[in-house]
Amino acid sequence: MAEPATATQAAAPAVSLLKDELDIVIPTIRNLDFLEMWRPFFQPYHLIIVQDGDPSKTIKVPEGFDYELYNRNDINRILGPKASCISFKDSACRCFGYMVSKKKYIFTIDDDCFYLGFCYYGQKLNPLIVLMGDLDTLVQICVAKDPSGKAINALEQHIKNLLSPSTPFFFNTLYDPFREGADFVRGYPFSLREGVPTAASHGLWLNIPDYDAPTQLVKPLERNTRYVDAVLTIPKGTLFPMCGMNLAFNRELIGPAMYFGLMGDGQPIGRYDDMWAGWCTKVICDHLGLGVKTGLPYIFHSKASNPFVNLRKEYKGIYWQEEIIPFFQQAVLPKDCTTVQKCYIELAKQVKEKLSKVDPYFDKLADAMVTWIEAWDELNPTGPVPNGKAA
Amino acid sequence: MRTSPSLLSLTIDSAVLNLSNIADLSPLPDHIVIDLFLRTLRAGKLTEKVLKLFIDTGKDEVFSLIQALNIQVTLTPVLPTTIKDDEVDIVIGALRSDLTTFMNEWRPMFSRFHLIIVKDPDLKEELKIPEGFNLDVYGKPDMDQVVGSSTSILFSGYSCRYFGYLVSRKKYIISVDDDCLPAQDPKGFLVDAVAQHISNLTNPATPFFFNTLYDPYAEGADFVRGYPFSLRGGVKCALSCGLWLNLADHDAPTQALKARQRNSRYVDAVMTVPARSLVPISGINIAFEREAVGPALVPALKLAGEGKCRWETMEDIWSGLCVKVVCDHLGLGVKTGLPYIWRTDRGDPIASLKKEWEGVKLMEEVIPFFQSVRLPREATTVEECIVEVANSVKERLGSMDPVFARAAKAMLDWVKLWQSVGSSSSRSSAV
Repeated sequence: MAEPATATQAAAPAVSLLKDELDIVIPTIRNLDFLEMWRPFFQPYHLIIVQDGDPSKTIKVPEGFDYELYNRNDINRILGPKASCISFKDSACRCFGYMVSKKKYIFTIDDDCFYLGFCYYGQKLNPLIVLMGDLDTLVQICVAKDPSGKAINALEQHIKNLLSPSTPFFFNTLYDPFREGADFVRGYPFSLREGVPTAASHGLWLNIPDYDAPTQLVKPLERNTRYVDAVLTIPKGTLFPMCGMNLAFNRELIGPAMYFGLMGDGQPIGRYDDMWAGWCTKVICDHLGLGVKTGLPYIFHSKASNPFVNLRKEYKGIYWQEEIIPFFQQAVLPKDCTTVQKCYIELAKQVKEKLSKVDPYFDKLADAMVTWIEAWDELNPTGPVPNGKAA
Repeated sequence: MRTSPSLLSLTIDSAVLNLSNIADLSPLPDHIVIDLFLRTLRAGKLTEKVLKLFIDTGKDEVFSLIQALNIQVTLTPVLPTTIKDDEVDIVIGALRSDLTTFMNEWRPMFSRFHLIIVKDPDLKEELKIPEGFNLDVYGKPDMDQVVGSSTSILFSGYSCRYFGYLVSRKKYIISVDDDCLPAQDPKGFLVDAVAQHISNLTNPATPFFFNTLYDPYAEGADFVRGYPFSLRGGVKCALSCGLWLNLADHDAPTQALKARQRNSRYVDAVMTVPARSLVPISGINIAFEREAVGPALVPALKLAGEGKCRWETMEDIWSGLCVKVVCDHLGLGVKTGLPYIWRTDRGDPIASLKKEWEGVKLMEEVIPFFQSVRLPREATTVEECIVEVANSVKERLGSMDPVFARAAKAMLDWVKLWQSVGSSSSRSSAV
């Protein structure tokens, strides 16, 4: 059990919690320069890099990191025909990293995200960041939240979230009761105060918010500057849009549900990978009595994607989600689904039954979901397996 | 011939125009600060934020100027509202007789609105209320006149405020405990809790799908990717629950265990409590649309050992569960989060603990009950819903503990009372 972080621990490269139990999965198609920023926090951990796009391109990993890197050729080699379930030309390919990991926890992040505090480290202000926002606001974000100037360690907060229980059965108005300085409020039944294990920790983003394309087009200049100092459990029976930019989860508890679907090249839809995984995950967590948290930590999202490109990718999704969400809201899993894999296969069956009429894509997706579970079970036979390196 | 302005004068003029970009005036020499202050006044650019800038310099001359000119902070609401002032009643249950400090501290936020002050019938002393408010005061004689002196509904203690809800004729009601004061936000500015509650109630709620950026209608926020467009219109928000800094609303065991813990975390968010999710709604700081859910706030669960500290009550928790169940059934929203108020230290949790365990134990039955309540489709009004819940309480909890049987009866009587008194236009005279 990790010790609670103290003020001194939050200082520069701190005590690394869970460094032998956590893998960091990063999908990338351009470069990994952003790792330099994260070095103090990531260096103790093992990285799994999933290289999307052209496998003949060499992606340079900064010195000093312990990593495995998989490109498309590796994915095809390892999974054979089952590789069809892993998306191409979309960050959804990251779920391959979840599958090959041998660790208990996963943290996944996009290659254009930074930790907060970067802009506070005075002298080397990134001119792009200065241009994008008014300097006072930026400095205030960093200074207000961490007055001593210490960088906010997103990974540490995720670990805290995952290692403390969730409370999905009754809403606590003071948010996460297990945080320092908080507790359960009056009226919260004592029998529910133990909570349930936390399966996933969903972090948020300052600066460029995760909006869909229509919203981006209407509000191109909006920046999220509101730092909400809370972690909370998403109640049972409530769905939410899970963003894969800043996400951590317990692979042993929920790993097989984190399939990011068929997106990108050759698929009619994009930018719904994490959404799909999130809805499946939440339904399964609700069924198995696991918790999902959202809120802290924040990361600094620096790069705004092109809204017109996004619109083309999301277009179908915007209409389909009107059907998809009622489907997930009404999905009921039978009592004999007692493992994540069984729940997932059952969901795949229901997707085929009920969503195929929306579009034949869902038929393909349902098949891919089954393939994913087969591949997962193949690469993760029961019992611990030592971590391997890419050949 | 006019002399051209000095470089210093031009600089000070420029500073007046750029006050919003200046973070700290203390390095400036005193005479320049004074000059800047006077020019700011002349330019009409003195706001609370700018005043704070000058005060922070710590210079005596600034203070004497402020005193001499009798400059006072007058609060303007944080958010522009479209609510007319005469649509709001502020209902205060008076459990203490001396309301002077309370009213004076809240004056900037309360003075625009009509107030209803309801005196706890067990309180013997006369109420002390400062001048300058538009208010009506009600006490035991009024209660006796309106509801009769024998009724299962008891307006004693914290429940006295429900009488205020009953006799109000306004659309919105805001209610805070009489031991709470305005809080400060992290920047040091006073929080206008009234304006924030009004904003919560007049913006839609989104109970059917969770928005990870919390309130999508707040400035600088919106719905995130993946949020279905058909749900972005939201539903009416019927209830707004605020939070508390300093003394949080913990139960007696928790507060006794963590005697020195005070809530200092200001969470800058408002969010909708998802549908079918139950929540313990504290009565310390709430607001609601009386026209939408008035009868659902029921003074029903009276603990045998109920006392005059919040730790010794559960009436608001019970009432809140009724409201949430009704809102979920009728498709209305409940929000939680901002505004914060400052709850003063009061009472001894250990003494309360020795007196009163019942409430904590009862919750173990209450929560599963409310989680399983299903209202029939035919119940389409708030009153019908409450009657259904009351019958359910009688049936399923009545035999467990007499407090539930009494609660069920109180709920039924409350609905009848609301229908006869709550919706009519007659009003009892003030004390």
